[in-house]
Amino acid sequence: MAAGVAAWLPFARAAAIGWMPVANLPMPVAPTNKNKHQDELIILNVSGRRFQTWRNTLDRYPDTLLGSSEKEFFFNEETREYFFDRDPDVFRSILNFYRTGKLHYPRYECISAYDEELAFFGIIPEIISDCCYEEYKDRKRENTERLMDDLEDNKDSKLPNMTFRETMWRAFENPHTSTMALVFYYVTGFFIAISVITNVVETVPCGSTPNQRDIPCGERYTEAFFCMDTACVMIFTVEYLMRLFAAPSRYRFMRSVMSIIDVVAILPYYIGLVMTNNEDVSGAFVTLRVFRVFRIFKFSRHSQGLRILGYTLKSCASELGFLLFSLTMAIIIFATVMFYAEKGSSSSKFTSIPASFWYTIVTMTTLGYGDMVPKTIAGKIFGSICSLSGVLVIALPVPVIVSNFSRIYHQNQRADKRRAQKVQKARLARMRISKSGSSTAFLHSKRNGLNQSLELTGSLEEDQQMKKTTSLLESQHHHLLHCLEKTTNHEFVDERLYEQGYLQTALQNFPSRSPSLSSEEGITGTCCSRRTKKNMQPLSATHTHSHTHNLQELSALHIQCGEQQPLNTSRSSLNLMSDESGSLNCKSSGLVTTAIISIPTPPSNNSRASPDAPPPPNPDAPPLPNPGTDVVKISAL
Amino acid sequence: MGAVVGTLTMQTRQRRPSRDKVDDDLELSMVCHRPEGLEQLESQTNFSKKELQVLYRGFKNECPSGVVNEDTFKQIYSQFFPHGDASTYAHYLFNAFDSSHNGSIKFEDFVTALSILLRGTTTEKLQWTFNLYDINRDGYINKEEMTDIVKAIYDMMGRFTYPALKTDTPKQHVDAFFQKMDKNRDGVVTLDEFILSCQEDENIMRSLQLFENVI
Repeated sequence: MAAGVAAWLPFARAAAIGWMPVANLPMPVAPTNKNKHQDELIILNVSGRRFQTWRNTLDRYPDTLLGSSEKEFFFNEETREYFFDRDPDVFRSILNFYRTGKLHYPRYECISAYDEELAFFGIIPEIISDCCYEEYKDRKRENTERLMDDLEDNKDSKLPNMTFRETMWRAFENPHTSTMALVFYYVTGFFIAISVITNVVETVPCGSTPNQRDIPCGERYTEAFFCMDTACVMIFTVEYLMRLFAAPSRYRFMRSVMSIIDVVAILPYYIGLVMTNNEDVSGAFVTLRVFRVFRIFKFSRHSQGLRILGYTLKSCASELGFLLFSLTMAIIIFATVMFYAEKGSSSSKFTSIPASFWYTIVTMTTLGYGDMVPKTIAGKIFGSICSLSGVLVIALPVPVIVSNFSRIYHQNQRADKRRAQKVQKARLARMRISKSGSSTAFLHSKRNGLNQSLELTGSLEEDQQMKKTTSLLESQHHHLLHCLEKTTNHEFVDERLYEQGYLQTALQNFPSRSPSLSSEEGITGTCCSRRTKKNMQPLSATHTHSHTHNLQELSALHIQCGEQQPLNTSRSSLNLMSDESGSLNCKSSGLVTTAIISIPTPPSNNSRASPDAPPPPNPDAPPLPNPGTDVVKISAL
Repeated sequence: MGAVVGTLTMQTRQRRPSRDKVDDDLELSMVCHRPEGLEQLESQTNFSKKELQVLYRGFKNECPSGVVNEDTFKQIYSQFFPHGDASTYAHYLFNAFDSSHNGSIKFEDFVTALSILLRGTTTEKLQWTFNLYDINRDGYINKEEMTDIVKAIYDMMGRFTYPALKTDTPKQHVDAFFQKMDKNRDGVVTLDEFILSCQEDENIMRSLQLFENVI
């Protein structure tokens, strides 16, 4: 229950008078406010700045420092005030949390100082309200990243007992750790460059032989290029194998992008070695050589910027996809239009719609090669529309991609945001729990038999005992919910137990046949249901067993009561009240007997008859069974 | 293609200004109400000055504008009953509190009703409850009104109850109620029948005194 509406609890309780004439059962005793003192102002002196508030305001959150008795440790007898040697600026936000129920995070405040204050006053940061939560989480993430960076810098100092494998992996991942790693880093970089340059130069035509034909250098100096290629590939293979050996998780390493690039870069060479110089396969072989250019991607291990660019493109996939999709749509539309526009003209290059695609792409990207031009007037009109819209369509997603890149470049990790989203989900789950906490709190207190004790005895000692565990506000709220239960003669259970109860009644319906059975089911059902102060259930079961021996038809109900026993042992807790409940049980069972005997009539009249039957014998018994009205429908589904 | 996109955006832009204007009007008409003086309220109700102060502080905390509209009322009331749906019953309560029937509860209405409920005589309390049940304010409670009220109360229980709620549980409850209250069996309950029947029932009399010490 939110603290803000705690002030309205008296109103809700007063409004409960509206249920009273409708209820058929007596209401439980209200919890009394033993220490009913006038609400007083208390002074909180935080490093000299005095804050004043009502005591009730602080009592709204009993599980924090200010709301619990922990603040008594800070009470100053001479000045009659609570003194805290903490930051008064942050305390302002904390006190406002008690007043308004919302915790705000001021932007000018340092995140670690704020966290410390929250921890001191016993407030969890997850309840920061939505207006300030994003800011808080962002700052917190930056802070932890900074801490982790510092930690990593410290971690780079060599740890004494690292295995050779771990040392190697660390050397590969972070070249600055040792000189050897740095040397290795530069050597591989050099060879990547050499390999790429070789591939490029291989195709340059150099020198003319007497054959009057420019042949590329690759074919002229075949052995030299082959040696270079071999050397590079050997270096790359050795590097790949070493990385594979050193990787902590080989399977994960083999799946990573960089290793795939490595493999793709060196495979063509080996495939080329294996294949003979066959005419048929040489075409395919030439195609394979193209993959050698992927070696250039190996540079991304050496360049942070390249990695970020790749990462940006990956994360902007949706924008890129949109760009591609809109372009495709536009291309198809305009190609179709141009094709039909130019159909009439003779010797038109627009022979088919796919042929017009080329014109559309070249025009939309404002390249304008001029190899295909429209000749008809309609074609020219549509062609100009095409080029204008091309500018717009391409210009739209580009700024988005650019801003994405700069954002990622500055923030540096999108993976952390995904981690933060997981925390956000956990936070939402926690908030949901706290919201449902009030309902589960009521069910918990029922399990612990608090309400039952209030109903039965209302004696002082038990009240005091119970008060220790729940605050007055909580007990009043639970009393209100208990009144509602009494009004409707149904009880709150949680979902799991509800389904179990439903299953049991479903199971029970198969043996039942006669309508008279249903009425009697109702009664014993009442008996069982009444004892849903779960601790009492075992006793009631035994009592009903003794009574139902008289009535053979009620054997089916045996099962019900018996089945409910395992249910109740799970719910029951150590309870002091069992003996009193036992005595009460006898009384009510006695009533059950009389009720059973007095009903020869069909079920519809039961609801009227039974309230009248029990009152004469036992007017004082508080749990007046009213079987007919509400609990009968165990048989009906 | 771009032209198509352009015309689409132009259309949406034209639609928005009218909506903004409506929002502006709503913002200007925010009501702020201040209650009458403390002495006046003290004389009109059965509360002391200190109690009125406590009540007003709580009231103003939740409703800074000084009036409660039905949505806020329902929201506040629903916070006390997290299991089920308290909005129907809150609606009836709102109508009972809103004595001037203008759609909002001022602090005076609030405190007058609370004064009856917490500090009034039994007859006054029963009269207030009769008013609550009599939804259409015709002086009679018929079965439909009562069924609505009882259904609203059962709605607050939610789904997960033991024993499980059946569809005609409210109806049975209403039948039992009419059995008790409707003395002359004419199908409606008048104020006198209501007060008489409640005074005969000890449980009801006792439970009416339950919330004496709430403030």
